[in-house]
Amino acid sequence: MRRSIRFLRRGRLVELTDIEPTAMLLDHLRLTEGKRGTKEGCAEGDCGACTIALGRRVNGRLVYQPVNACILLLGMADGADIVTVEDLAGPDGTLHPVQAALVAHHGSQCGFCTPGFVMSLFTLYRTGERASRETVNDWIAGNLCRCTGYRPIIEAGLEAIDGKQPDSFAKASAETERQLAELEDGEDIFLGDQERFFAAPASIDSLARHYEDHPDATIVAGATDVGLWITKQLRDLPKIIHLGRVQGLAVVEESAEELVIGAAATYAAVEEQITRLDPDLGELWRRLGAKQVRASGTVGGNIANGSPIGDTPPALIALDAELELRKGAEERRLPLEDFFLDYGKQDRAPGEFVARVRVPMPGPADAFRCYKISKRFDQDISAVMGAFRLTLDGKAVRAARLAYGGMAAIPKRATAAERALVGADLAEPATWTPALDALAEDLTPIDDLRASAAYRRTTARALLEKALIEIAGGDDRETRIVGHRRAFDERVA
Amino acid sequence: MSVSPKPAPAADTAPDTAVVRKALAHDSGERHVKGTALYIDDIVEPLGTLHVAPGYTLTACGPIAKLDLTRVRGAPGVVAVLTADDIPGINDCSPAMGDDRVLADGATVFPGQVIFAVVAETHLLARKAARLADIEIAAEAPVVTVDDAIGRSDDLLAPYAFNKGDVEEALQAAPRRLAGEIRIGGQEHFYLEGQAALAVPGEEGDMLVHSSTQHPSEVQHTVAKVLGLRDAQVVCECRRMGGGFGGKESQATQWAVIAALAARATGRPAKLRLDRDDDMVLTGKRHDAIAAWQAGIDAAGRLEAVDISIAARCGCSADLSLGVNDRMMFHADNAYCYPAARIKSRRLRTNTVSNTAFRGFGGPQGMLAAEHMMDSIAITLGLDPLDVRKQNFYEPGRDVTPYGMTVEETIVGRLVDELETTSDYRARRARVQAFNGKSRLLKKGLALTPVKFGISFTLIHLNQAGALVHVYTDGSVHLNHGGTEMGQGLYVKVAQVVAEAFGIDLERVRITATTTAKVPNTSPTAASSGSDLNGMAARAAAETIKGRLVELAAEVFEVDAGEIGFRDNRVWAGNESMPFEELTHKAHLARVSLSSTGFYRTPKIHWNRDEATGRPFLYFAYGAACSEVTIDTLTGELRVDRVDILHDVGRSLNPAIDIGQIEGGFVQGMGWLTAEELVYDDGGRLLSHAPSTYKIPTASDLPADFRVALYRSEGNPEKTIYRSKAVGEPPLMLAISVFSAITDAVASLKPGSVPPLDTPATPEAILRAVTAMQEGS
Repeated sequence: MRRSIRFLRRGRLVELTDIEPTAMLLDHLRLTEGKRGTKEGCAEGDCGACTIALGRRVNGRLVYQPVNACILLLGMADGADIVTVEDLAGPDGTLHPVQAALVAHHGSQCGFCTPGFVMSLFTLYRTGERASRETVNDWIAGNLCRCTGYRPIIEAGLEAIDGKQPDSFAKASAETERQLAELEDGEDIFLGDQERFFAAPASIDSLARHYEDHPDATIVAGATDVGLWITKQLRDLPKIIHLGRVQGLAVVEESAEELVIGAAATYAAVEEQITRLDPDLGELWRRLGAKQVRASGTVGGNIANGSPIGDTPPALIALDAELELRKGAEERRLPLEDFFLDYGKQDRAPGEFVARVRVPMPGPADAFRCYKISKRFDQDISAVMGAFRLTLDGKAVRAARLAYGGMAAIPKRATAAERALVGADLAEPATWTPALDALAEDLTPIDDLRASAAYRRTTARALLEKALIEIAGGDDRETRIVGHRRAFDERVA
Repeated sequence: MSVSPKPAPAADTAPDTAVVRKALAHDSGERHVKGTALYIDDIVEPLGTLHVAPGYTLTACGPIAKLDLTRVRGAPGVVAVLTADDIPGINDCSPAMGDDRVLADGATVFPGQVIFAVVAETHLLARKAARLADIEIAAEAPVVTVDDAIGRSDDLLAPYAFNKGDVEEALQAAPRRLAGEIRIGGQEHFYLEGQAALAVPGEEGDMLVHSSTQHPSEVQHTVAKVLGLRDAQVVCECRRMGGGFGGKESQATQWAVIAALAARATGRPAKLRLDRDDDMVLTGKRHDAIAAWQAGIDAAGRLEAVDISIAARCGCSADLSLGVNDRMMFHADNAYCYPAARIKSRRLRTNTVSNTAFRGFGGPQGMLAAEHMMDSIAITLGLDPLDVRKQNFYEPGRDVTPYGMTVEETIVGRLVDELETTSDYRARRARVQAFNGKSRLLKKGLALTPVKFGISFTLIHLNQAGALVHVYTDGSVHLNHGGTEMGQGLYVKVAQVVAEAFGIDLERVRITATTTAKVPNTSPTAASSGSDLNGMAARAAAETIKGRLVELAAEVFEVDAGEIGFRDNRVWAGNESMPFEELTHKAHLARVSLSSTGFYRTPKIHWNRDEATGRPFLYFAYGAACSEVTIDTLTGELRVDRVDILHDVGRSLNPAIDIGQIEGGFVQGMGWLTAEELVYDDGGRLLSHAPSTYKIPTASDLPADFRVALYRSEGNPEKTIYRSKAVGEPPLMLAISVFSAITDAVASLKPGSVPPLDTPATPEAILRAVTAMQEGS
């Protein structure tokens, strides 16, 4: 058991033994270190002004990922190399290539968002790849700029990130990796006492034990939701159990039959596999939060928090995913849709936690489509999310799994429409109508600030229709304006 | 998707100047990327700094029936809790009308109005304590929307109208009459740096206030008024803002004042930084409005008479609404000649936050009404909207606005013709039609719309500026002026002007924070006027010093003063020269003053508001944009495919900065018109109060193909600074082309019918219009 958290700053080890369970990394940087380059723009992980880079060893390789420091618990930074905007320029003041390009392209106006953009582009630079415009767009989708209109920032990224010149971080990477490896002690972390603590267990057994002992503790995976309870609702969460160090909980296993996603696997960690599963899933993932959110947030968290507008549950339900839960030494499995009981209510006992989700691979007769409707394409929350898996026999629909987000108090299967779709003929649009009509029975959306109930109903129907048109052979360049499947395939290839 | 081509080079490829007209980087660019540019919250706090959080209730508005702050006062870390009773001076932070309480006194007029302020040891403790108040409001039924208010008779400000000719008669006489209406959404500024101020108490009640404000003088004056001090006891300073956009013109004041109150009450420095949600709930926005129009036209769509009424939601107090609504009227003609016109305006009172300045200052709403009319005429008559627009432009002989000002510079036709060619409008029009004929689910739209924007504050006395320039003996220059830097590049532009005057490198000019202690009684940095006013004032100051230096140099070189020149960091007399710093050193020894103020007031302008006549604007800035969009008729989703912009900045002071303003303004306008939706509940509470629910554009919303060029100008016909033109606001309205293109796309579903489309054109709004067209067919 370790009673401290440790991380690297500019090549030096920092060890903290006395932190509040809900201390935030941004506050540590700005108030404790007095480094004020990293800004707070929204304190909810949506504007990216607080973006910093966390370097970790992933499969033996040093990877820097952008994260929103405003909603990242300080304890979660354990074991990482923390890089902030102040750290990029050389000791002689030489700007990092992304910094120099931003200046040269007039990429800053008011400058408040700029440190966040610098850090997002820095993490893209660190991939060592030459950036395309789409890549740059993706990497800065979580950074809002209100002044420039983005064009000069994009061009700065394109110019600087050419995959050619190693930066000073490349030169230091071997040493950084060595230092980070030394920090990997496999110990449980526990700071505080039985009433107030930050715990980061190192094994599933230890996690299970901890949580059974403290069923009132708050489980934190990526903190992309819990972070807001702290910064926005100002909730005091005296007991935090963080999943990020649990050995084996972030494992992603891919076989011919299924994709198994450990509860602590981040969206980013599973992006590649999920995209292979279907291009629409890749596009859904790409539009789920932005890089910062995907580097921290987890599929397990997206499920466990039970939100009716989480983007992964409808897709996973349509794919017939199963959930594995664990409490103490006990494990159980259930179909994912059965986990969601009602608004804010899940089939999870005190002390029980999501361990993994198992996603069966679509078969050769299966066709999958999913669509996300939001006011903005990138980094927005769905008004409606529709996911559909049809099992076909030639042009006939043999089975259907239709699931929606934003259309009920929970991620919801449209079972009446599923039944009505069985036997429908893809070549005969008239045969789709009973299923399209049946959606009205299945779905009970509400009016809220993202959309009216009427729009949601109309769009839910339109998405199923769109899926049927596409699966029937329609060219998706004629059916959608973003996320074309072929373009996505090419990009992945 | 192709990478957008780089913007075309500036019209001035070979400047006849050394420093101005060059595409120089923002003075703080390197500090921005290194994270060393300091904003209010980054200033190292003086020892003992306390933190302030506003206390309010969202439950309702009305008389305060109960205010129990016991739990607040007892909360950890709380040092003081301030209410209206703790205000030593006058409890008002309004810009003019005396109707904005710093802290509510007896009643609240909108849900969220600040009632008390918590002063605590940390920001977090202050915020936590602020939520512990026990407040009961004797709730009154709130008036929330334009629709709620429009049927009532207690408008916030008196209605106002412009009249040109006899509009009724002209409407009756016109071969054809059309009418329409559009609902125009508001907009949150979403400056990335929220409102913030740090107040540091000095001797005998003196107060230094660091404020993120576009209007330091107003902060200074208001702090003095509220604290019961003289103006001379208060200094307000601002090095830079993390964005302003009008949101920090009048509405930065309240937070600075509360910080100063806290500093005064505790004797310790006090900082107030609004959390994002608080900022969005507690500060005003762009006015939402309903615009209704009637047009009398001939068969070709040429206007004979126009009657436009705009009713805008001002909120709970006047703030800057008089000027904002006036400017809606000033721009309800956009670039079009209305032979007979009536422009009417109502300024509605609601129980919502007080709406305020926002880039364009009413101009966008007025222009949108005009462009909605143009599109509606074209759709109804089955004409290309560009043809309808072109035949209605101001031109010599048809050049008098509804407010009686003659448009002297009528370049809009030429500018639009050029963009029509460079954007390949006609061929693309044909392609769009062909696409729409084939495509069942996706539809394209194309539109080319102009912008004509009047430059000058319509409150005439604001059109003045001061500057202070010191030259030190080592030849370095200290520059100060009344304008504030919010990212728009004002500081570098004015520094370029001063460097040019002295013939020295820009690096020798040290730009310093705006402070009321150096240049007093300044106007806000607003109305796009920053460079026009402060550039001239700074040049005047530099020229005064230069005049003294010329006199001295003439003595030293023993030549006529007319032979002295300044360039390349040297002072020249024919082929002889000496380093600039040698002359400044000599000047000091010769007891010549190396410091001067400078002052400027805009010539020619006058405006009689009662009579609605005069020349409120020194000149107009012009631009045009051509936008192509695709919509999904199943979901209402929108993609902006290509945008071409041609914009007139006169002869640019700094083409890089100007391009930045054009692109940034356009994208901000696009957000206003397509995605940014302010949602209030029935109680007047803002529901979309964070970036999770209020969506400004992201990088991928930028058109895949975005071509921006500066209009090849002969220079501003008016004698502005280096014949440049203002650029801050006008480009925002270029985004109306996107809305018109969406209208065009939806209209393709049922030729001849005007789509019932309001702004913002969110997917839901577009789908609603699509459905209406399909059901009506």
